[in-house]
Amino acid sequence: MAEAAESPGDPRTTSPRPLFAGLSEISISQDIPVEGEITIPMRSRIREFDSSTLNESVQNTIMRDLKAVGKKFMHVLYPRKSNTLLRDWDLWGPLVLCVTLALMLQRGSADNENDGGPQFAEVFVIIWFGAVTITLNSKLLGGNISFFQSLCVLGYCILPLTVALLVCRLVLLAKPGPINFIVRLFVVIVMFAWSIVASTAFLADSQPPNRKALAIYPVFLFYFVISWMILTFAP
Amino acid sequence: MAAVDDLQFEEFGDVATSLAANPDATTINIEGPGESPKRPGPPRGSGREEDDELLGNDDSDKTELLAGQKKSSPFWTFEYYQTFFDVDTYQVFDRIKGSLLPIPGKNFVRLYIRSNPDLYGPFWICATLVFAIAISGNLSNFLIHLGEKSYHYVPEFRKVSIAATVIYAYAWLVPFALWGFLLWRNSKVMNIVSYSFLEIVCVYGYSLFIYIPTAILWIIPQKAVRWILVMMALGISGSVLAMTFWPAVREDNRRVALATIVTIVLLHTLLSVGCLAYFFDAPEVDHLPTTAVVPNQTVTAAKSS
Repeated sequence: MAEAAESPGDPRTTSPRPLFAGLSEISISQDIPVEGEITIPMRSRIREFDSSTLNESVQNTIMRDLKAVGKKFMHVLYPRKSNTLLRDWDLWGPLVLCVTLALMLQRGSADNENDGGPQFAEVFVIIWFGAVTITLNSKLLGGNISFFQSLCVLGYCILPLTVALLVCRLVLLAKPGPINFIVRLFVVIVMFAWSIVASTAFLADSQPPNRKALAIYPVFLFYFVISWMILTFAP
Repeated sequence: MAAVDDLQFEEFGDVATSLAANPDATTINIEGPGESPKRPGPPRGSGREEDDELLGNDDSDKTELLAGQKKSSPFWTFEYYQTFFDVDTYQVFDRIKGSLLPIPGKNFVRLYIRSNPDLYGPFWICATLVFAIAISGNLSNFLIHLGEKSYHYVPEFRKVSIAATVIYAYAWLVPFALWGFLLWRNSKVMNIVSYSFLEIVCVYGYSLFIYIPTAILWIIPQKAVRWILVMMALGISGSVLAMTFWPAVREDNRRVALATIVTIVLLHTLLSVGCLAYFFDAPEVDHLPTTAVVPNQTVTAAKSS
């Protein structure tokens, strides 16, 4: 309960009109309650955020990230217009896919140096610099997608082409010939179309409407080049 | 208060005639946006479609006036570079169409670019051309050598980097040299028309578009077909370039002007013939040695057994 504040010192002796002279006349009536309780919200209200992820087992952490990556793979394989890829982007999936692709596509060092397929570094650089260039292009054209969201989508949509490469490698174990080639061509074309459809489903909405084709064409070129590298792979 | 007589304007007449009458008179060149290297492109003027047709080539004054209004962001911000990508889909298609159908008398820059040069076209047309040439070359070599026993298919991935270096160097260094040359001539001779660096890059970039279908058609392994394609592509893109740059050098000394245009077309020819020679194997020659070799091997095998 507050009482009227007493002015410090005698106002009449210090100066004729002190600064806070009017304070002594103020009184707080008892009709306005100024009392209450100050409490800190208890553990039932706060989520146990900070301490829990530090203390959880390593297996939990890894499984959580793996599940997130796996969920995004599913979204790519069955593309619907959803925000999951964009909202919680991560670059683990693209890294794994890119390294897998580059490892399988590289030529052995025993082959002739000048001709032949790409080296590991060339595939890696093409994929990452290609994705960065497409992202920059879409942002320069006025798209409102963030840099890493776009990298995430482009990286995850390489998944169908990685599956195509695995299938091609299996098919190449059989007898070589034109039928072999036709099967591989068909698989690569189907997966290429799947990649384009998946990435367009995620990326198209973030572009300004009169520039959609300008932003989608580089994606087409990017996946076309990767498909060409997969199709011409000869162990 | 001035008398009425003092308000008479002095007639200066045409610039060329007054210069001819008084060759030592000092002249001030208030021309074009190509002068200041810090401001790489003139701004886009809104609603200048009618003005362009009426004024023809003489709208560089207006460009100078409008210069300060568009590119106000400093060069280290992202918005500065966004001004070079300020094109819609239909504009890019129009520019590509303009490069495919050169109309005599119509200037590509004035008609299509209209002070809004973009970097989207040149960059992605060059990228597409690099991969088109590399992939078509690889495919054509594969088809030519298809029946041979001793042929092992290689993807020849190294050629992609070579193609990229050549084409991007051509699309950026040649415009830079041309821009520098035009700037130097502009300081000596009064020129009505001058282009900024980005407009020259734009013209070169869009003029390379014709080579994309040409490269794909070069897969056909007939020498005559390939050379006809070279002639056609060179005719179309060479005429686009010649018609664009002729107004810029026309005021100059006759021989210098002709030499400039000839050099432009010659470099273009060098690019296309060089690409054809390097990336695409000659069609007929390679077949003959193998058909001569194979009967030899069967004969020696028959002898030894």
